Amino acid sequence: MLNKHSVLEKNSILMLIFTVITISIGGIIEIVPLFRMETTIEPVKGVRPYTPLELAGYNIYLREGCYNCHSQQIRPLRDEVERYGHYSLAAESMYDHPFQWGSKRTGPDLARVGGKYSDLWHVQHMVRPQDVVPESIMPGYAHMANRGADIQNIGKDMEALRMVGVPYTDEQIANAYRDAITQATNDGEGLDGLIERYGDKVNARDFDGNSNTTELDALIAYLQVLGTMAELKDYQHDGEKRSGQ
Amino acid sequence: MNMLAEKPNYNDDIVKLFTIASVFWGVVGFAVGVFIALQMAYPALNFGEYLTFGRLRPLHTSAVIFAFGGNVLFATSYYSVQRTCRTRLWGDGWSKFTFWGYQLFIVIAALGYVTGVTQGKEYAEPEWYADLWLTLVWVAYLIVFLMTLKNRKEPHIYVANWFFLGFIVTVAVLHLVNNISIPTSLLGAKSYPMWGGVQAAMIQWWYGHNAVGFFLTAGFLGIMYYFVPKRAGRPVYSYRLSILHFWSLIFMYIWAGPHHLHYTALPDWAQTLGMTFSIMLWMPSWGGMINGMMTLSGAWHKLREDPVLKFMIISLAFYGMSTFEGPLMSIKEVNALSHYTDWTIGHVHSGALGWVAFISFGAIYFLVPKLWGRKELYSLKLVNTHLWISTIGIVLYIASMWVSGIMEGLMWRSYDSMGFLEYSFVETVMAKHPLYLIRALGGVLFLAGAFIMVYNVIKTIRGDAVPASSLKSEEAAHA
Repeated sequence: MLNKHSVLEKNSILMLIFTVITISIGGIIEIVPLFRMETTIEPVKGVRPYTPLELAGYNIYLREGCYNCHSQQIRPLRDEVERYGHYSLAAESMYDHPFQWGSKRTGPDLARVGGKYSDLWHVQHMVRPQDVVPESIMPGYAHMANRGADIQNIGKDMEALRMVGVPYTDEQIANAYRDAITQATNDGEGLDGLIERYGDKVNARDFDGNSNTTELDALIAYLQVLGTMAELKDYQHDGEKRSGQ
Repeated sequence: MNMLAEKPNYNDDIVKLFTIASVFWGVVGFAVGVFIALQMAYPALNFGEYLTFGRLRPLHTSAVIFAFGGNVLFATSYYSVQRTCRTRLWGDGWSKFTFWGYQLFIVIAALGYVTGVTQGKEYAEPEWYADLWLTLVWVAYLIVFLMTLKNRKEPHIYVANWFFLGFIVTVAVLHLVNNISIPTSLLGAKSYPMWGGVQAAMIQWWYGHNAVGFFLTAGFLGIMYYFVPKRAGRPVYSYRLSILHFWSLIFMYIWAGPHHLHYTALPDWAQTLGMTFSIMLWMPSWGGMINGMMTLSGAWHKLREDPVLKFMIISLAFYGMSTFEGPLMSIKEVNALSHYTDWTIGHVHSGALGWVAFISFGAIYFLVPKLWGRKELYSLKLVNTHLWISTIGIVLYIASMWVSGIMEGLMWRSYDSMGFLEYSFVETVMAKHPLYLIRALGGVLFLAGAFIMVYNVIKTIRGDAVPASSLKSEEAAHA
C-alpha cells in the first residue's frame, strides 16, 4: 500500500483532497450528532435567555477576559459539588454565545455564584478584591462603578443573538432599553413588563447602590443570575455515572 | 547531472522579512508572558483598565502562537518549499501580501485585546473583521504554496511539504468553522458566534486542540523534516515511517478535542472518543519523534559540536515528553485532578517552549547566515549559551507548574477528618505564590535567551567579525 503513496506525492491537488478528507472524519463524527441528538441538552425547566441588563453584564465578562481565570462548569465530582453546588447541565449554558465554561481556575468556578454573595459584597469585590479577600490575586475594576452600562443599543445585540438561535421575542427586543433601566433601578413603573417578559424570578434592584445604570450594575446582575435559572429540584438525572449528590 | 546545473532564482527576500518578524514577535510574546506571570505573583501589577491579566493573557497567547509561531511557519515553509521543489516561490506580490497582511492581522488583533474587543473564545479571540481579514491572507498563503508545488522541478513532493500543506489547509477549515458569527452592526466590532452552549464547547475545543495539532505540531513537523536532515547532513531516517507518521497524525489529532471537556456537560460518548484518540495519538507522535531523532544516525558526533543541531534535537526530546504527558492527562481519572489547574499550563509550555520555540530557534539560526550570505553565525558560543539558559528556564517553568498544579488539584479535593472540605479556595491561591515566583524566574531566563538570539542575529546580519576567543568552537562546527 505504501508503494501507491507515490501517486499522491506526485499530485499536489490529490494530496490536498486526501488531506481534507482525512481531517474531516473525526470532526464530523464528533460534532454533527450534537446538533441532532435529543440527549445532548437534557430537559430542565427555568432556563431563559438573559435580560438586556444581564446580557450587558455578560458582554463585560467577555470583554475583561474573566474566562481566562474563572470556569463556569461544575463537574460531577464529590468535592466540586460540595464546593460549588449541583454539577452543571448543558441546558444552563444553551443561550451562551459563546459558552463560558473556561479551562482554568485561577479563581473559583462561577457557574453557581448567583445568590451566594450580597450585591454589596460584589461591589466592594469588583472595586478592590483585596478589600474582601485579602489574599486574592484578582485585578480591581473600579472604573466600572462610574461608567454607564452599554444598554442604549442592547436590542441590536438581542437581534443578532436571535439570528443565532436565542429565542428573544419581538416584544423583548422592542423593550430592551427600558427593561434594562427597570432592572437596575426597580423604579416600579416598568416592573410588571419586565416580569411578564422574563419571569417573576428576575432580580430587579439597584445592584451597585448608585442611581445611574453602570457597568457594575450590569455585571452584578449577570453574576447574580448565574446558575440560578434551572429548577434543579425537578431535574431527574440518569444516575449512572454521576457520582455527585 | 542536469539538476545540479543551475540554482533557481529563489525568493529569499520574503523569507528574510518573515524571519525578522519571527524574532521580533518572539521577544514581544515572551516578554508579555513574563509580565503576566509576575501579575499572578503580584496582583498590584494589574495597571488600570487596559493592562489587566484578563486582557493581556490573550495578547500573550496570540503573540507567541500566531505572531511568533506563525511567522516562523511562513519563513520556514517559504524557504523549504522553494528548495525542495527547486523553483522560485510563486507570486512575488502574493507572498508580499501574506507578509504585510499577516502583520496587520496581528496588530489589529492585539489592539482589540487591550481595548476589550474579543470574541471570548480561547485562541480565537479576534473579532469578526480580523477573522475575515485573516481568511483572505490565509487563502493567499494556500495559493502561493500550492502554485509553488505545482511549478516544482522535482517529480515528488517532499515530506516536509505534506506537513506544511496539511497545516495550512486544516487551519483554514478550523478557523472558518469556529469563527462563524453575526456582527451586531457592520460598523461595530461586536459579534455573536453562531455556536452556543455545549455545541460551541465541542467546536471550540475541536478548533483549540487542533490549533495545537496543526498549527503548533504539523507545521513544526514540516520544519523538522526539512531542517533537521539539512543541518545534520543526513537523509530522513525512514521514508515509510514518514508516510505512516503523516496520515496517522492528521487523522487522529482531529478527534482529540473533547479531552478538554472531561466530566463537563458534553455527552459522555464524545468524551470517551476524545480520550481514546488522545491516547492513540501517542504512537504517531513518538513515531515522528523517532523519525526526526534517528535522522542523526551516523552523525551523532555533530551534536557535540553544533549547538544549532542541539536546539533541534532537544526540541524533539521535549516533543516526546509533552506528547507522552498529553495522552496521560487525557485519561479521565488523571484529568479529574489536572483539569482547571496549573498542570495544564505547565504541559502547554513544555510543548510550546521546549518543542515549538526550540525547533524555531534551530531553524532561525540555520536560516539567518544562509539568507544574508554569511558563512556561519556570528557566534556559535552564544547559541550554546542561549540553549542552556533557555533549557534551565523551561525546566524551572514546567517543574514549578507540575508542583503547583498537582498541589492545588489535591487541595481542592482534600477532606478533613470530620468530612468537610479541608481548604478554602483562597488557601490554594496563597499556597501557589512561591511556585509562581519560580515560574516567573523560568520565564525571565527564557526571555534572556531570546535577547541573546536577537544580539547574535543582528551581529550575523551586519556581518560582524567573530571574536577571536570563540574561533576554536567555530572551526569545530565547520569540520
